[in-house]
Amino acid sequence: MEAIKFEHVSFAYEHGFVAVDDISFNIQSGEKVAIIGQNGAGKTTTVKMMNGLLRPKSGEITVFGDDASKKTTATLSKKVGYVFQNPGDQIFNQTVYNEIAYSLKYLKMDKTEVERRVNSAAAMCYLSDELQTNPYDLPFSIRKFVTIASVVAMNVDVVILDEPTAGQDLLGLLHQKEIIEQLHQMGKTVVTISHDMEFVIDNFDRIIVMADKKIVGDANKREIFWDFELLDKAALKQPVVSQLAKRLELKRNIINIVDFVSEYEK
Amino acid sequence: MAVLELKDVTFKYQLAKETILENISFSIEKGEFVALVGRNGVGKTTLCSIMRGLIPTFHTGTMSGQVLLNGLDIGEMSIGDLALHIGFVFQNPFVQVSGVKQTVFEEVAYGLENLGVKRSEIIRRVEEMLHQLNIEHLRSKHPMQLSGGQSQRVALASVLVMDPEILIIDEPTSQLDPQGTEEVFETIRLLKERKKTIILVEHKVDWVAEYADRVIVIDDKHIVKDASASEVFSDPMILETGNNLPQVALLALRLLELGKVDFNKIPTTLDEAVEQLKGRADNGGN
Ligand SMILES: Nc1ncnc2c1ncn2[C@@H]1O[C@H](COP(=O)(O)OP(=O)(O)OP(=O)(O)O)[C@@H](O)[C@H]1O
Ligand SMILES: Nc1ncnc2c1ncn2[C@@H]1O[C@H](COP(=O)(O)OP(=O)(O)O)[C@@H](O)[C@H]1O
Ligand SMILES: [Mg+2]
Ligand SMILES: [Mg+2]
Repeated sequence: MEAIKFEHVSFAYEHGFVAVDDISFNIQSGEKVAIIGQNGAGKTTTVKMMNGLLRPKSGEITVFGDDASKKTTATLSKKVGYVFQNPGDQIFNQTVYNEIAYSLKYLKMDKTEVERRVNSAAAMCYLSDELQTNPYDLPFSIRKFVTIASVVAMNVDVVILDEPTAGQDLLGLLHQKEIIEQLHQMGKTVVTISHDMEFVIDNFDRIIVMADKKIVGDANKREIFWDFELLDKAALKQPVVSQLAKRLELKRNIINIVDFVSEYEK
Repeated sequence: MAVLELKDVTFKYQLAKETILENISFSIEKGEFVALVGRNGVGKTTLCSIMRGLIPTFHTGTMSGQVLLNGLDIGEMSIGDLALHIGFVFQNPFVQVSGVKQTVFEEVAYGLENLGVKRSEIIRRVEEMLHQLNIEHLRSKHPMQLSGGQSQRVALASVLVMDPEILIIDEPTSQLDPQGTEEVFETIRLLKERKKTIILVEHKVDWVAEYADRVIVIDDKHIVKDASASEVFSDPMILETGNNLPQVALLALRLLELGKVDFNKIPTTLDEAVEQLKGRADNGGN
């Protein structure tokens, strides 16, 4: 089943600035997809249309078979959860617990269920010890996990992560890998925007590339990261290991250390 | 003489149970490019605040030790004076917008305006900065209506345009696309050529290894290593401080472990890796 389908979708901000121009793609339920590409390409704008935070100027968006234009943002948000690029745009409660519980309470869920959901989302996002902390007393990197937990607690079918990797250290990246893996195991659809090429390669196979308001690539990572014209258009670079393979004139399509080692063994 | 020197600095935030940094000492020479690395929450941003003289005045707490700027104790200088010497770029690009300017051009010009710089000079410097950071196309956009990476470039431009002697830059590339990250490191290289002193907090160790002169590693309140980028990043112990190693170093360690290749030194830059691996693919492992 198709979770998300975009057909000839365009978007313009007020004052008419076109940020997304005629894009089409679809994402299957249960799929893991990364979106990458140059700053200002329209990635955030695109994913915000998936749950009605922004509405297209033209084109059709379908969410699990339903025409999104006929659904309210609140209804769409029960199926599609968006984790903001800037945690400051999302967080407004005084404690981590209340922040994660906010939407659940809003939906008038009963108390024990709220508690169960908050605790399990917090555990998944390594926040069990911070439930009574004010989110703004947490470092920026950890605050991102609070916003992820809020969306996880909603038990949505599609989880969209907008640059979760920004500012994360080694452990933070490892935790995010685990979260994405768990969501995938649970059958969720995961869409992640990231500028960290190693992270993208480590966690995703299908990659959508955006540049200058359009989708300029949608393929397996092994194709994407050896398509130099595409990489250049989208302000991307090959991962370092691929650059090394290229300079040593090894086989094409090496994208990580494992590939490199096995090619080197031959 | 050192531009910036820390002597045995220890600090504890007011309400915290424990000290956050202990016995921090180092000195930085004019024109040096020093990277500060360590896991999240280790105190890198706190150390930046200390070097900017904001601690213990603005962020309250208890500090001992001394910070010297060109040999003078910064405790005796005003924040305004310090700000003329030290430019600072915030870790979180979403907070560094003045909120009073309507266009990116005016936003970048704001600091110079406040200093009373001549308009023609302002225009020249802002233009140069917009070009350098590849944001010319954003000049007429509203500073609050930018994408994440665009905001981060504008934040950096607003500080660099002031042309301070020392730059403290806290994770300036976290929201940038790969080419944007390269542009920032190239910009820092140009600043270094002009004898600016640069202190950079950065998680992207592949880039740090390519560009920085020196790396200071902080772990568990202390400086645990302070050496050349090449020495720091060829040491697998760094992984235990919560920092990654450059991809080429990780690869070399893996090849070494498998007994495929011997390295006289673990490479930390792409050029080094190419040099050490070139022509060895066919006899590796023997
Ligand atoms: N509120 C707004 N009003 C007008 N233009 C906007 C607004 N928000 C974003 N834009 C513009 O729309 C374009 C796309 O922005 P978007 O945030 O989708 O980019 P992005 O691909 O997510 O970039 P990044 O990687 O930097 O986060 C950019 O040119 C940006 O300047
Ligand atoms: N104003 C403050 N008051 C109390 N604790 C703080 C304050 N600012 C930061 N901290 C704490 O100090 C520690 C170090 O933070 P920070 O310097 O931001 O680390 P880093 O920049 O290395 O991620 C963290 O545990 C953080 O929560
Ligand atoms: Mg974005
Ligand atoms: Mg910090």
